[in-house]
Amino acid sequence: MIARRARPVSPMVWILGPMAAAFAASLILAVPLRVAGLQLPEPVFALAPAFAWAMARPSVMPPLALAALGLALDLLWGDPPGLWAVCILTAYALVFFARRILVGQDVLALWGAYALACATAMLVGFALVGLRAGHAPSLVGVALQFVVTVALFPFAWILIERYEAPDTRF
Amino acid sequence: MSLRDGPLGEIKAPVAWVAAGVLVVVLIGAISLFVAGGSRSGPTGQLRGAADSLTAPVGGVIAAPVRVAGAGVGAVGAYFMAGSQNGELRADLAAALSWRDEALTLRQENARLRGLLGLRTSPPLPMVSAETVLDARGPFSNSRLADAGAADGIVEGNPVLSDHGLVGRVVGVSAHASRIMLLTDVDSRTPVMIARTNGRAILTGDGGPNPQLAYLRTHDALQEGDRVLTSGDGGVVPRGLPVGTVAKGVDGVWRVALDADAEPIDFVRILLFKDISQVATPAELTPNQLPGAATDVPEAPPPSAALPLSPKPAKPAAPSQAAQP
Repeated sequence: MIARRARPVSPMVWILGPMAAAFAASLILAVPLRVAGLQLPEPVFALAPAFAWAMARPSVMPPLALAALGLALDLLWGDPPGLWAVCILTAYALVFFARRILVGQDVLALWGAYALACATAMLVGFALVGLRAGHAPSLVGVALQFVVTVALFPFAWILIERYEAPDTRF
Repeated sequence: MSLRDGPLGEIKAPVAWVAAGVLVVVLIGAISLFVAGGSRSGPTGQLRGAADSLTAPVGGVIAAPVRVAGAGVGAVGAYFMAGSQNGELRADLAAALSWRDEALTLRQENARLRGLLGLRTSPPLPMVSAETVLDARGPFSNSRLADAGAADGIVEGNPVLSDHGLVGRVVGVSAHASRIMLLTDVDSRTPVMIARTNGRAILTGDGGPNPQLAYLRTHDALQEGDRVLTSGDGGVVPRGLPVGTVAKGVDGVWRVALDADAEPIDFVRILLFKDISQVATPAELTPNQLPGAATDVPEAPPPSAALPLSPKPAKPAAPSQAAQP
């Protein structure tokens, strides 16, 4: 009996889908809305697909996609161009080179690894912005964005679960 | 078609190595972009302007139902609170009437003293009303996108006010959109003064809600609640715009609770003020007059400038409103 071949996942689904979803979510949360004096959080949605892509099979497309997504976020949020591209790619690189250790770990361990990747991205942004502005950004603001971004791990987990079985080579 | 079905599929190289190589190259490219285009007004300005032009209408569409829902909730709340609000408004009106009489007396006295001293007053500044459609509030950038741009006469550097006080200044302009850097942005520096002591400081944003008072120059100690106004030093912002009140941060640093935080910044007024020379042109200054002369009274701004912004302001085709700095 011949084993059934895993169906390759199209890059449209694996790359462009999460990219578009992450940017759309960032755009929606950029609406100037205040409820009871509180503003909407501003998580970095792009870090969820960055983690999932780094955990999947190595490919040349995720770095390019993350650079484009980071640049789009910079233009959306008014950051210096390249800031979020560097931050997200650094987090991706961390997970990419630690992939052999992370594969097969349980959900909580992966959540911890995701939090570490998010912290790396935030620290890189903190350092770059601090060096450029000449003084340190507010740690409270960095911590708030870190917390709401770490809470997005279920989205990364859904991506990992969804594309773990099929062949993601393209 | 997947890449391995194409000509690239014939290349024999370890995928992990290729992927790592691409990652390193892209990362270096991103760092280079950050280093080269870090300035908001640098060579990447056109790219930013184009992006703002694209995202501003999209943001307007997304924000529209949010505003409608907010207005609906407000209307329902106002309906049920009409009785108590009526009482509060009557009390406010009674207090305002007594203040009006005092203000009229003071205005006449002020005009007479100005004439005696030969003071020259600044001309009113034109301004443009705009709606903010997108909001960046992360730790590394605090900015807003407004739906008015170069077509309305806005240029980089124009100060931006809300109903309650200074919000920030324009750092990027496209035809129909403007990027406003808020006072809380980590790049924001605004010369301010303490109203009580006349002491000077630089209001320095750090990405948090309350910017710091840096380079403080005053002989008297600060007190919590001191009013903070723009000083006009350097000529980039008019003097006397309300900013906020002094507060001591939990980190022991003197900070400012911004007046603009009192309400959502849905609508803003962009002052068409470029630099101090705009108000220092001799021809535009009020000539010295003898006391009592009718023309020595500074012309009061039109009622639209003194009143709070209406929920749906009509955006003027040409800047017709004026604000007295």
